[in-house]
Amino acid sequence: MSKIVEGLLYTEDHEWVKVEGNKAKIGVTDHAQHELGDIVYVELPEEDDELAKGDVFGVVESVKAASDSFTPLSGTVTAVNENLEDAPESVNATPYEAWMFELELSDTSELDGLMDAAAYKAFCEA
Amino acid sequence: MKDYNQLIFELSKSGRMGYQLPKCDVEQVDLGTLIPSEFLREEVAELPEVSEIDLIRHYTALSTKNYGVETGFYPLGSCTMKYNPKMNEDNAAIPFSKNVHPYQPEETIQGSLELMYDLADQLSEISGFAKTTLQPAAGSQGEMVGLMLIKAYHDSKNDDKRTKIIVPDSAHGTNPASAAVAGFEIVEITSNPDGSVDLDALKAVLNDEVAGLMLTNPSTLGLFETNILEISSLVHEAGGLLYYDGANMNAIMSKCRPGDMGFDVMHYNLHKTMSTPHGGGGPGAGPVGVSERLVPFLPVPVVEKKDTGYFLDYDRPQSIGKVKGFYGNYGILVRAYSYIQAMGRDGLKEVSEVAVLNANYMMHKLKEAYKLPIDKVCKHEFVLSGLNNDKHEVVTLDVAKRLLDYGYHPPTVYFPLIVDEALMIEPTETESKETIDAFIEAMLKIAEEADKSPDLLKSAPHNTIVGRIDEAKAARELILTYQK
Amino acid sequence: MHRFIPSTKEDKKAMLESIGAADMEALFVDIPKEVRLDRELALDESKSELEVTRLMNETLGKNISTDALTCFLGAGAYDHYVPTVVNHLSSRQEFATAYTPYQPEISQGTLQVIFEFQTMIAELTGMEVANASMYDGPTACAEAAMMAVAAGKKKKSIVVSETVHPEVIKVLESYLRHRDVALIIAPMKEGETDYEKLSTLVDETTAGVLVQNPNFYGVIEDAKKSVEIAHGKKALAINYVDPLALPILESPGKQGFDIVVGEGQGLGNDLQFGGPYLGFFASTKKLVRKMPGRICGESVDSRGQRAFVLTLQAREQHIRRYKANSNICSNQGLVALRSTIYMSLMGKAGMKEVAEQCLAKSHYGAKVLTASGKYKLAFDKPFFKEFALVGDKPTKEVNGKLVEAGILGGYDLGPLGVKNGSLLCFTEKRTKEEIDQLASTLEVI
Repeated sequence: MSKIVEGLLYTEDHEWVKVEGNKAKIGVTDHAQHELGDIVYVELPEEDDELAKGDVFGVVESVKAASDSFTPLSGTVTAVNENLEDAPESVNATPYEAWMFELELSDTSELDGLMDAAAYKAFCEA
Repeated sequence: MKDYNQLIFELSKSGRMGYQLPKCDVEQVDLGTLIPSEFLREEVAELPEVSEIDLIRHYTALSTKNYGVETGFYPLGSCTMKYNPKMNEDNAAIPFSKNVHPYQPEETIQGSLELMYDLADQLSEISGFAKTTLQPAAGSQGEMVGLMLIKAYHDSKNDDKRTKIIVPDSAHGTNPASAAVAGFEIVEITSNPDGSVDLDALKAVLNDEVAGLMLTNPSTLGLFETNILEISSLVHEAGGLLYYDGANMNAIMSKCRPGDMGFDVMHYNLHKTMSTPHGGGGPGAGPVGVSERLVPFLPVPVVEKKDTGYFLDYDRPQSIGKVKGFYGNYGILVRAYSYIQAMGRDGLKEVSEVAVLNANYMMHKLKEAYKLPIDKVCKHEFVLSGLNNDKHEVVTLDVAKRLLDYGYHPPTVYFPLIVDEALMIEPTETESKETIDAFIEAMLKIAEEADKSPDLLKSAPHNTIVGRIDEAKAARELILTYQK
Repeated sequence: MHRFIPSTKEDKKAMLESIGAADMEALFVDIPKEVRLDRELALDESKSELEVTRLMNETLGKNISTDALTCFLGAGAYDHYVPTVVNHLSSRQEFATAYTPYQPEISQGTLQVIFEFQTMIAELTGMEVANASMYDGPTACAEAAMMAVAAGKKKKSIVVSETVHPEVIKVLESYLRHRDVALIIAPMKEGETDYEKLSTLVDETTAGVLVQNPNFYGVIEDAKKSVEIAHGKKALAINYVDPLALPILESPGKQGFDIVVGEGQGLGNDLQFGGPYLGFFASTKKLVRKMPGRICGESVDSRGQRAFVLTLQAREQHIRRYKANSNICSNQGLVALRSTIYMSLMGKAGMKEVAEQCLAKSHYGAKVLTASGKYKLAFDKPFFKEFALVGDKPTKEVNGKLVEAGILGGYDLGPLGVKNGSLLCFTEKRTKEEIDQLASTLEVI
């Protein structure tokens, strides 16, 4: 059973979102890291990049796969987790701590379309 | 030899020499007077310094760490690892052939041009196409060329809405990749469980934006696409063209021809079907055959014949241009020509018959111990879906690694993507019944081990010179060159 | 029955019985009758080894090879020394008949050779990483251009110098035509890239700038200029090089290039009428994840030993499918092996000596050919092993006469705008006698 954390919002692409005021940190869930296998590289956006909901923000690469990562929310990139460059395996080890990037949200109503922990759990089990 | 683990750089010793050139018989030059000093290299390129015998021992030792077709059975599905006749090597080394510069005056290269002209003809005959270009360097480049030809055709009709290529989800990765390189958008359609084209799925995506459909027949599951004529009509009625991935030609030679099935363009993999050696990853050759309507777009030059002899025809105004330097992987073409000459019409017929017989025989013998998703007469290869007994969660990878302990190269694993735990086996026609039986026995033993001692498989291989390699480490800590 | 097909009549019978099939035909019933070929293939009957060899010697014997014609022809394919050791080692079946090292445990030979090849290419070019090979020089350029476009997210053009090999330009045209990328050609001036004009053609939409050094005309360019120009507009600087020149010329890596590609045929491979040749591809480490082709990396195995394995496979077509930057699958493995052996055998000193001899011989050639004044050098620029010579007759005519005298003349530069121009090449194989013979023969044409 993959781990799901309360208090976060989730997407059907197996990303988690932690909302902090007008900003949000985004990462991938335990389910995602398990599917991908040993993660060897994470390609991230750059600070000040403008992203629209659904845009590809980067790539998560494992030995046997490369998955495009889509942003669930629109906004401007305010921070990127530089640790992931040297330690991509932290996404496997601690997926909910290994945030990938932070967005200044341009449309908070988009949050309404995300799932809470219970809804995500149901989605995964379906 | 087994424990040999040195890089050539580690053998190197300052001052050792493995070469000797004739003394320079013209006046020595002072680099500095001929070339401005700012263009000259200051630091020396650190290449090895070894003696000839040490070099030979080094590469000989490395070769012993490899497994080739001549080492043993190599049932790598979709790669057609048949025997590479030695006579092809000798024929490719004929000095009149290998010591010829591509830009020599035409009257001095009539032999090579004749060979290429005849080979193109023979390949066209075997595939049922009007004309064949020998320029593409490999199957994947052949695919790209075929798709560029399709694009050129539609462009010539001012049909520029056609930006999409349909690719089944069972296709080899090069198919969608080549389509993308050729500038197309890819539309993937799901296949039926038996790997055949889902006609409804196809109909749903056919429209005036589709340039063509790429197909492999037999499919990547080793099964013949029995609805091919209907598929061909559907695609052509919608105004698209049909592309044939010729990787599986070994199954059908003399039985049927892609050109007769409605395909408009195809590529060969000479390193598969026509016995040229795989070389540790290449070089291959990917000649492309086309129907009459695509002939004007072929890459230049085309080898043509007139009454004064053979010549390289560049005067083709609708050509897609050049896709490679010079004329193609000529040395590989010579080998293929040698093979086709040796096999002849009767030999090639037997090739496909026995390739198909061998595959069906193996499939029959393995279908109880292993999962066979589709129990139908196969062509030259078949796909298993892992072990029948999965109570210990032994996966295809474990089976493959355990086969290494039995001294075999494993089949293709995890392809096609639409079969879970895929294990694709292609024996080819150049294997005896004894060899095949021995491999079957090993596979059956492994199936038993998976039941009785699964850990043996999960930690395999044990008898090889290296064990399973940490691929995650290789990708995370990139060491791509030797550092002193 | 055929000598390559071991199945006897009995074997076939036993197998058919085992399957429960009546005959061979039963295995082909899945092929619809309408598409069945109802005749034999219109090919000859099978032939014995003796017959095939006889036939091929007859056909190919219609060629005149460089054994009979002293080769002064270059232009991208070179008559360099091929040590016999290269032939012997590369014909070992374990190297020649194996396929891609997807099962690394039994492919350490192939993998280690690739690792050594990558190392030597990186060393020669002065770059940080190199791949396991591409089809040839021109397609390596096309791949470099596509990589630059992929790396430069919104960039839409490639600028290439007119002094780059004409076949490279043609291949670039073919590859870029359908990808919505413009190919802009920067003109040449007196045998070299016109760097001033080049700088006006490079702008914010340029993904990459490609120059060749030594260029197609044999001239050694001030290629560093293109690096400044490219980087000034955040474009990638791409260099197309002759590996045989690298031991004496400043490395492209030192000059600041981002991607270095080239034709490796001269590194221990025969002329072979144009193929199979060898594209090599090197870049900065920063760009490695965008690099096409196979890449071999070092790791450890389960027993703690050093081992080699194909890595970063997530870039390639079999994983990325339509999102891959390149569709390349098979490369030029065996040719790269030959070149690795060549570079190891010739080594540090040998590669330098080859380069120095090429330089000496080409300059001696230039001296004796222009001595009487009948012929002139087209360009007054530093050159490596080739130079453009201008005479008083069309090159085609001159070359016809040279062939009669047992000499293979240079590449006809007439169609490229150098009237009566011929690109002549002098490798370390050309003796003083041969060069003098060329000079005296040219003198009387």
